[in-house]
Amino acid sequence: MKHLLSIADLSREEILSVLDTAVSMHEVQHRDVKKLPTLRGRTIINFFFEDSTRTRSSFEIAGKWLSADTINLTGKGTSVSKGESLRDTVLTIGAMGVDMMVVRHPASGAPAQIADWVGCSVVNAGDGTHEHPSQALLDAYTLRRALGDLEGRHVAIVGDLTHSRVLRSNLLCLQRLGARVTLVAPPTLMPSGIAAWSGADGFATSYDLDEVLPTVDAVMMLRVQRERMSGGYFPTAKEYAVTYGLTPRRLGLLQDHAVICHPGPMNRGLEISADAADAARSLVLDQVSAGVAVRMSILYHLLAGEGSQE
Amino acid sequence: MTARTTSTPPPVLVQGADVLGQGVQDVLVADGRVAALGADATAQAPRGTQRMHGDGLVLLPGLVDLHTHLREPGREDAETVETGSRAAAAGGFTAVLAMANTDPVTDNAEVAERVHDLGRRAGYVDVHPVGAVSKGLAGEELAEIGLMARSRARVRVFSDDGRCVHDARLMRRALEYVKTFDGVVSQHSQDPRLAGAGACCHEGELSGRLGLPGWPAVAEETVVARDVMLARHTGSRVHVAHVSTAGSVEVIRWAKARGIDVTAEVTPHHLMLTEDLLAGYDPVYKVNPPLRPTEDAEALREALADGTIDVVATDHAPHVRQDKEHAFVDAAFGMLGLETALPVVSTVMVRSGRMGWADVARVMSTSPARIARLGTQGQGVVVGAPANLTLVDPTREHTVDAALSQSLSRNNPWHGRELVGAVHLTMLRGRVTAREGLVWGADEEELEL
Repeated sequence: MKHLLSIADLSREEILSVLDTAVSMHEVQHRDVKKLPTLRGRTIINFFFEDSTRTRSSFEIAGKWLSADTINLTGKGTSVSKGESLRDTVLTIGAMGVDMMVVRHPASGAPAQIADWVGCSVVNAGDGTHEHPSQALLDAYTLRRALGDLEGRHVAIVGDLTHSRVLRSNLLCLQRLGARVTLVAPPTLMPSGIAAWSGADGFATSYDLDEVLPTVDAVMMLRVQRERMSGGYFPTAKEYAVTYGLTPRRLGLLQDHAVICHPGPMNRGLEISADAADAARSLVLDQVSAGVAVRMSILYHLLAGEGSQE
Repeated sequence: MTARTTSTPPPVLVQGADVLGQGVQDVLVADGRVAALGADATAQAPRGTQRMHGDGLVLLPGLVDLHTHLREPGREDAETVETGSRAAAAGGFTAVLAMANTDPVTDNAEVAERVHDLGRRAGYVDVHPVGAVSKGLAGEELAEIGLMARSRARVRVFSDDGRCVHDARLMRRALEYVKTFDGVVSQHSQDPRLAGAGACCHEGELSGRLGLPGWPAVAEETVVARDVMLARHTGSRVHVAHVSTAGSVEVIRWAKARGIDVTAEVTPHHLMLTEDLLAGYDPVYKVNPPLRPTEDAEALREALADGTIDVVATDHAPHVRQDKEHAFVDAAFGMLGLETALPVVSTVMVRSGRMGWADVARVMSTSPARIARLGTQGQGVVVGAPANLTLVDPTREHTVDAALSQSLSRNNPWHGRELVGAVHLTMLRGRVTAREGLVWGADEEELEL
């Protein structure tokens, strides 16, 4: 592994290896002194072309606890107006001799393009509506801690699927780990070509959340931006909440052991009710906590020596 | 004007070339015209006639491109009329229609005449400016269509290319207006509500997976359907630029069957390249309309072969490097096309047995010249016609090298591809303008025959 651009590039074994390493990294989090010397002398640039709080701070902490020198850079999503190309921008930074760029960009595919241009490792920290691989890995980590092996488990992913990079990475990751996935959204928020896509990759889709909930082991609620209403994706927030929100009534449809995830930030009262978000079965804070450990594992796998650390 | 367009070239006898793939005939070119054919050509060749060996080559009427972006005025760093003309000559063209989306926009007679004059000064191909349909391409008010038509540039083709004339009333008025001088409106069919500015990837499974804003086929098809009905209503001519979907083909076939005066073009890239190339997010494959799935490309090839699509037009769209080296959604739309058009058509249509060389002459010379009402182009290889001719080596295999181009730009999606068939030589009114990719004046003072 040189880059982490898409979950599609990872084998099941590589995913499990990252998740296993994350277990020991997670232990570091509970020590008084959290620093490991593993990446001493390595330089990581967190290059964020789009606002982010939790992903950026989580990568930054992960780097620091592994003793890497981490530097945060923010950029405008596009410097087209300045006449500088994205290639120029990243080559300039790359020329300073960094070991890794962690890139968040509003444009799908930008980290993959950057990986073609620069010599260092590139981690996709979320690109447009394409992927968010570290989020999927931390979701898998969290789900495995709650449910054990994900082989044969049923996970529903619900919400604004069209615009969700979390969806795309999670779909790939969960399927690699043997889970059965059902996507639930109104037709307007289903990704393009979903019929052909689900047929090719073997997952299910549904417009009816009530029908799906009783059979899931986990339900992953995705953020729905209120701006989507003006795009005509759905009529009102109220109608969305009633039709696709995880309401108190719907909590009653879940099996006893079923858990709830949300990558955040949550729109309480829209896609997820307060009752669901704060329920004992909600893993929302566990996800955040796992974020640092999983990202430490990712940095370790990409930077500490060659290849996967078997 | 420079010397290369004024002095009279010596007579030339092209010997042994297969004329339109329909039989070997000698062709005598004198005083800028086709002077004689067959035995007459040899008999009438005056003393001092230069002989050109055409064995194994196919002779076509000079190619005409209905859809070129020359970028001048405004973006002379990407292309100029001169460099674009050279690329055209190298690609076998003797005339190009230069799109109006320059800066300033070709929406008045002054800009049209300027582009026209720059073309004459360059002297490699006839440069015919396309006039904008609307002022500033804004889609609101008609541009000075009539004045452009009456200008020295004699504009006959009008297009807001790059943008769609989406207002049905404005489109209707434009269609009515161009009737007075037998003009045509060339439409970039893209409903801006169904496919907005960010749309950059065919909407379907791949755009879903890649998370790229989708450009659905229906955004093209609904506009094509509307426009053919407007053409029927107004009794005017409409031309569909760069058709990219099977559904548009169906609509055009339906309209033609009912006698509606509609013509259509397809680009070489939509004939051969497909959406799967976008999987790596390389902006060299970003083009508008986007590359489509294999089934659409197949429908386009079929429609070109059966005459539903009239013309191959390049949509040659040069861009400087830095405008392409952005994230995919931010990068400029468009790809080069002039120098690879003939080899691509040869490879995908002729080598596959779908079309003969006479068909190539029709779709790349005769029909585009007729649609643009160019009197001196696309007349075929007949006695008395201007000697606008292209000699093609139909079997030459070559690998496209983006570095070897007359264009100022290098956004070439064909780089590294093997194509079969190449332009050997281009002649504009009896003068050799290009030979084996080299052009007269730029590469050599006098191209050897």
